[in-house]
Amino acid sequence: MAIRTEPFILNMGPQHPSTHGVLRLRVTLDGEVVTDVELVMGYLHRGIEKLGENRTYAQIIPLTDRLDYVASMTNNFAYVLAVEKLAGIEVPERAEYLRIIMAEMMRIANHLMAVGFFLNDLGAMMTPVLYMWREREKLLDLFEMVCGQRLTYNYMRIGGVSHDIPEEFLPALKRFVAEMPGFIDEYDRLLSQNEVLLARTKGVGILPKDTAINTAASGPVLRASDVKWDIRRADPYSIYDRFDFEIPVGTVGDCYDRYWVRMQEMRQSVRILEQAIAQLPEGEACAKVPQLLRPPVGEVYGHIEAPKGELGFHLVSDNSIAPYRFHIRAPTLINMTALKDMAIGWKVADLIIILGSIDVCLGEIDR
Amino acid sequence: MTLLEQFQLWLGSIWPGWAAYIVPAIVGIVVVLGFVLTMVIVFIWYERRLLGRFQVRLGPNRLGPEGIFQPIATAVKILLKEDIVPTKSDKVIHWLAPVIVFVPVLMIFAVVPFGERAILTDLNVGVVYVVAISSISAVGIYMAGWASNNKYGLISALRAVAQMVSYELPVVLAILGVVLMAGSLSMTQIVASQKIPFLLLQPLGFVIFFLGTVAEMNRSPFDLLEADSEIVAGYHIEYSGMKFAMFYLGEYGHALAYSCIIATLFLSGWQGPLLPPIIWLVIKVMAVFFVIVWMRSTLPRLRVDQLMAFAWKGLLPMAIINLFIVAAEVLWLSEITPWLMVAVNFVFAGVLVLLWSKLFTLGGGRVEV
Repeated sequence: MAIRTEPFILNMGPQHPSTHGVLRLRVTLDGEVVTDVELVMGYLHRGIEKLGENRTYAQIIPLTDRLDYVASMTNNFAYVLAVEKLAGIEVPERAEYLRIIMAEMMRIANHLMAVGFFLNDLGAMMTPVLYMWREREKLLDLFEMVCGQRLTYNYMRIGGVSHDIPEEFLPALKRFVAEMPGFIDEYDRLLSQNEVLLARTKGVGILPKDTAINTAASGPVLRASDVKWDIRRADPYSIYDRFDFEIPVGTVGDCYDRYWVRMQEMRQSVRILEQAIAQLPEGEACAKVPQLLRPPVGEVYGHIEAPKGELGFHLVSDNSIAPYRFHIRAPTLINMTALKDMAIGWKVADLIIILGSIDVCLGEIDR
Repeated sequence: MTLLEQFQLWLGSIWPGWAAYIVPAIVGIVVVLGFVLTMVIVFIWYERRLLGRFQVRLGPNRLGPEGIFQPIATAVKILLKEDIVPTKSDKVIHWLAPVIVFVPVLMIFAVVPFGERAILTDLNVGVVYVVAISSISAVGIYMAGWASNNKYGLISALRAVAQMVSYELPVVLAILGVVLMAGSLSMTQIVASQKIPFLLLQPLGFVIFFLGTVAEMNRSPFDLLEADSEIVAGYHIEYSGMKFAMFYLGEYGHALAYSCIIATLFLSGWQGPLLPPIIWLVIKVMAVFFVIVWMRSTLPRLRVDQLMAFAWKGLLPMAIINLFIVAAEVLWLSEITPWLMVAVNFVFAGVLVLLWSKLFTLGGGRVEV
């Protein structure tokens, strides 16, 4: 006698420890197998894009902090780059280097958190997270030294950065850069060859190359699918063309590759930091920019390689003090659209780790 | 004759028969319960401190010296919580489930020897009793998940049944090896026959039994029932207050019970030089629990199909092979010196584990939908 079964719908979230915020997934399950995933977003909507249209260009910078709150510094960076492109502002050499230092520190901090919570989703009971937070803590201390904040930095300004670095910053950063590769090796020893981790992630949640490109995925999610696309190289902004670093790419695009790409990117970021510290010139930290900026009429799209992917700002100016249109291209929102393709046919546990391997941040998705 | 029976005889000579029957039983239960509940409190504290150390943090250290009173604060907090019963739950089963999970755990301690004659009842089928009683908890967990009328609870309940049934087999087969070697099913006899701990004589059996019991007590990396990153605590998601405390106690009680049984079956129980037996037992139990916490803080969780594969394709065949090896040794090699047997068995264990790790991987893939 055949037992009659029927699929059932499970509402995962908005209160769920592994949705990384207030994401809701309407999952249709056939036993343990996921047969359909529907994303429900908007629980964290704050109307940042509309708010931006009512503020001056400088006042928008703190708003961008609240997008991807795990990596606020790169949000600042992307926004000020777009405004500088719109208004044609030259940035002093020292400020460029400081921005790169901050952006790469932010990338390491973000990847530490991404990998840590990915392992947490795998069920590793907070241990990897807490080890990685040990290093992230040092980075947050460094950020605090620079701008007094640990989460929402508001450090970059149109034309440079808000203040020059204090004198104790560089020695502390040098110490961090010297010891970080050792810590990454430590994580590698603990995690990368772990039998359970391999069994859980190898071949799970494969995002094929063409699907990755067609969904406009970016960042580590795209690179894990063997696409060598990094805006730092593909469309160099700021002064990234002066640095020597590699772009790690995965082979098949499974969860393990996404994990591995992030681990390698941390090493590359350390390399960039080393070079940036060595080359850091003396000079002004910020150009002279009028407080009420009125950029010429026109529109601009500025994008950078944020830790989670391509973060872009689309600004339209009507020569007033506020942008006429302020739009954000958030990387995780776009990367998330590939979730359904990756997760269908896998088990509930796999759905969780696939979501974790995308490295979502709800502040950015809902904005 | 156990201490309790001696007490009963002595009491029978001065008191009427019925009193001499009831009073020793109550005394025995109170002593064992006192031991279990104290040890559970110690375990909670021990695990938190250990996890703190493993996770580069301190762990609770405010309440009392080294935070020793933190579990008591936790207990008070849990007991003062409101008892919430979901509207559409099956009220009776919802109420009954924590009891069914918790009581068998206490019953296991009836046959754990705490010293040479310090045992509640020296059952001649003690091992069978342990195996039988410990699988009752699965029913309680299934009831909890089902009665909560919660989808996470339901997934957890179904996982519970599959997991408990699968891991029962390798555990029992591993115990059979011990029974063969000891020549008895009684826990006291098994302890008495361990001049060399069975851990050394049967390393493979120990590994199988240890992993199987870790899976039965739902601890990482086999904690699929509670998997907080997937199904958010699973079967006890809809429990609060005292009922939740029962599950909580049951979980640590389970860990304690299985640690006691591992210590008894494989680590020569209460035996040890100089220190009193109960101290030796506690030291061994703590050592076993240390390894369990170590695994919990290090390893990611397996997926449900991999968990099944690990039981049926990994542990079960190895347990059967182990049983045959032990039987052959008992039959033909009982004359050789035990230390030679130790060496032979370590070689067997190493070869088998290596072979199995090469033979199959924890696979399982995408299902076409």
